[in-house]
Amino acid sequence: MSEAFPGPHAGPVTGHVPVLRLGEVLLVTLQGDLHDSTAQQLQQDLAETISRSGATGVIIDISGVEIVDSFLGRVLAEIAGQTELLAARTVLVGMRPAVAITLVELGLTLPGVHTALSTEVALDLLTRHAPSSHFGGLRQESP
Amino acid sequence: MHTAAGAQARLPIRSDMDLVWVRQHVRQAAAQIGFGLVDQTKLVTAASELARNTLVYGGGGTMETEPLAEGGTRGLRLTFSDEGPGIADLEQALSDGFTSGGGLGMGLGGARRLVHEFAIESNPGAGTTVRVTSWVGRAPRPREEI
Ligand SMILES: Nc1ncnc2c1ncn2[C@@H]1O[C@H](COP(=O)(O)OP(=O)(O)OP(=O)(O)O)[C@@H](O)[C@H]1O
Ligand SMILES: [Mg+2]
Repeated sequence: MSEAFPGPHAGPVTGHVPVLRLGEVLLVTLQGDLHDSTAQQLQQDLAETISRSGATGVIIDISGVEIVDSFLGRVLAEIAGQTELLAARTVLVGMRPAVAITLVELGLTLPGVHTALSTEVALDLLTRHAPSSHFGGLRQESP
Repeated sequence: MHTAAGAQARLPIRSDMDLVWVRQHVRQAAAQIGFGLVDQTKLVTAASELARNTLVYGGGGTMETEPLAEGGTRGLRLTFSDEGPGIADLEQALSDGFTSGGGLGMGLGGARRLVHEFAIESNPGAGTTVRVTSWVGRAPRPREEI
């Protein structure tokens, strides 16, 4: 979490993607062009973080992602599936229109992956079913 | 590795880092040639699929980019070549859902849907070449054709 977020025009993203924790929800922001190994590392990191923290939701913000190919699509779908096995839910946020159009033509509709147009809506989705949960500092941490 | 966008170029595909360069190069070339955002995204995605196949199944290879102009229409041609094991059954490889490597099996068929022209040549034991071309401003291919 000490790593800085790369800027929108940053070079290739390698290593670990930071996973932020907002109460019981984990927030991941993907930006730029991801290495295959970085995406796989994130998949592993998320599984570990969920089981360690007992988080009930994961929000993956992909508004900074310019392309999703079948590899990244599969990783995202696997993250969603694995999250569910760990009693949490994943919501994908902010897919660019060009990415959505391309994914459908590619033949990837990511069944089983929940989506939302904004982080706010995603939080709402994830917290609606757990009204008694405590989410400290949520507002301050969202952009 | 930075080649002039839009210019003829040949990029190596030897690691997943090279896949990043391939995507960046195709993005730049497509933007410079005049492709709109959606068409750039389709081309870059197709390139990513084909380059990954070159790397994973072909054991590495190259991508060549070639800007085209035909009767006032500009286009971009991408050629992916490897000297790997080749593909014995092309029809099977192109069908959605077929994978020999634990993927989704959407790469080849999906890439074909994302471009205007798609040609594949493969000889078992002698490698695989996939050539795709898209044209600026041309409508996507009708579904029945694919
Ligand atoms: N360059 C190549 N050399 C040898 N075999 C290939 C090559 N490209 C594709 N293939 C074969 O064709 C199959 C289908 O390729 P395709 O890209 O459609 O799916 P995939 O790579 O298995 O999965 P996905 O791309 O969805 O992650 C591959 O599993 C592989 O057997
Ligand atoms: Mg593939």
